Amino acid sequence: MGRALLIALIGAAAFAVLPALLPSYYLGLVTKMMIFALFAMSLDLMVGYAGLASLGHAAFFGLGAYTVGLLIVRAHVSEWIAFPAGVLAATAGGALFAALALRARGSYLLMITLALAQVVWGIAFGWRTLTGGDDGLPGIPRPVYFISLAGETAFFYFVLLFTGISALLLAAIVRSPFGRALRGIRESETRMQALGFNVWRHQFTAFVIAAGFAGLAGCLYVYHNRFVSPDFLHVVVSAEALIMVILGGVGTLLGPAIGAALIIFLEDFISSQTQRWLLILGIIYVATTLYAPRGIIGLYKEYTARKKQR
Amino acid sequence: MIWVIHTLNGVSFGMLLFLLAAGLSLIYGLMKILNLTHGSYYLIGAYAGSTIVAKTGSFALAAVAAPLLVAGLGAIMERFFLRRFHLDELPQTLLTFGFLFIFADLCLWIWGGDPVLLPKPVPLASSISIGGSSYPLYRLFLIAIGLVIAAALWGLQEHTRIGAMLRAGVDDAEIARAMGIDVSLLFTLVFSLGAFLAALGGVLGGPIIGASPGADFEVMLLAFVVVIVGGLGSLRGALVGGLLIGLLDNFGKVFFPEFALFTIFVPMAIILSFRPTGLFGRA
Repeated sequence: MGRALLIALIGAAAFAVLPALLPSYYLGLVTKMMIFALFAMSLDLMVGYAGLASLGHAAFFGLGAYTVGLLIVRAHVSEWIAFPAGVLAATAGGALFAALALRARGSYLLMITLALAQVVWGIAFGWRTLTGGDDGLPGIPRPVYFISLAGETAFFYFVLLFTGISALLLAAIVRSPFGRALRGIRESETRMQALGFNVWRHQFTAFVIAAGFAGLAGCLYVYHNRFVSPDFLHVVVSAEALIMVILGGVGTLLGPAIGAALIIFLEDFISSQTQRWLLILGIIYVATTLYAPRGIIGLYKEYTARKKQR
Repeated sequence: MIWVIHTLNGVSFGMLLFLLAAGLSLIYGLMKILNLTHGSYYLIGAYAGSTIVAKTGSFALAAVAAPLLVAGLGAIMERFFLRRFHLDELPQTLLTFGFLFIFADLCLWIWGGDPVLLPKPVPLASSISIGGSSYPLYRLFLIAIGLVIAAALWGLQEHTRIGAMLRAGVDDAEIARAMGIDVSLLFTLVFSLGAFLAALGGVLGGPIIGASPGADFEVMLLAFVVVIVGGLGSLRGALVGGLLIGLLDNFGKVFFPEFALFTIFVPMAIILSFRPTGLFGRA
């Protein structure tokens, strides 16, 4: 724990000096990486720790984003209310989805979470008078919380603060007795049930917490982009989060964060070189599954284990 | 009278959904694979069919050749990729999602971004009169062919040796293997059959829905809803679910255009909360 804290502190210090080193465009890119790292970590709480595979995580990301966008653009509500309301809406959405989906497992759960998320996408896409449909909601300003966050540097620190605190909270959750119980449930539901654990309640709680953090990531992303569109909610975003988790390493919090940073970087780099980003993303999916099923963290562990043997 | 027209529209669309859902459902029933590439099979079927019609002028040839091509594609995916991750749903999902992206981008590359609508086969291009309003013959043909395929699949499943092997495999793949059934070959056959049916749906749906970027996602999603409602692994579920969703989709678009998807998803959520395994699914 002491070592982990030290790494966290060094990491935080390294991030804190980034604005002095990076040009504004790349600072924005790192901000986006941190937002998606938070999103991927929240999904990993479900997939990696609770063993609940989901293809609908973008729903909570989008619920957070749209709540902020709608409250600010349509209702002209204060940012002090809109931001927490976004997280709250995603959490509530998570509770509703969990209640509907948690009877299923495995592939069935993947399919149901996908279908439920598509409902939210359908509302955002179809209800033009409220959500602007396909065009989305443009013109959401960066907020002012004591100081203006319009500049890239100020906004970077704002996101760093929230992602950092969330990462610490998630790390505390997975190390808590609750987190241990989740891992036990992932390994064997029936055994945990026999030991007297309320399996459903644990899974429900994990689902809702994951939705809340995903919603927070969505709220941050809407400010980052200054607009929100149905693309935020698309199943592609859910799948992208899943590949971030797997590429980094399922069941570790650092892994998904690395996976997120890598995918965001590749997306930015490759789409500046060629039109065929989708094709390359598809190949990344296939190659990761075939050659790095336990992710970058898994590859690193294998590497260090082999080094020790020698 | 307008009700009859809308009902026929819904039923004919439902038959297309049945073609997609039947394959999805059979594949899941036997192999427990959630095939996200299923919509791509539809799309490739429609695009390849349009090319065949453009080159040869024969719709019938397109309706046979394009699905066969896609069936081959399915066989390759099953044998060389999905097989390695038997019963491991997360890698399977990612693989099929990866292929979804790859196929989507290749289709965009080959056929461009403009929507493609297949021409109706000439003998079916006319309309007939139903209660004073004219109705396209092609949609009635779709209903008929959907019923024929449903009957054929049912016959295959219930009255042939392969069907008996399939039912045994769905019930318990391990025991079926121990009984001397070549489950490995069965997997490839069923996966190809599913791909074939989806691509056939693409060609047959080509004249009314057509092919465009993103259609793969749309039909995949509808097919998922059909199997969630009907129950995975059940042909009857795919047929009843397909008709139900086809009708709901059609009436939804007519009466609540802004909430069209709602008329599909709200019934789905209700069915899910009362029967988590779908109308005809087994626990």
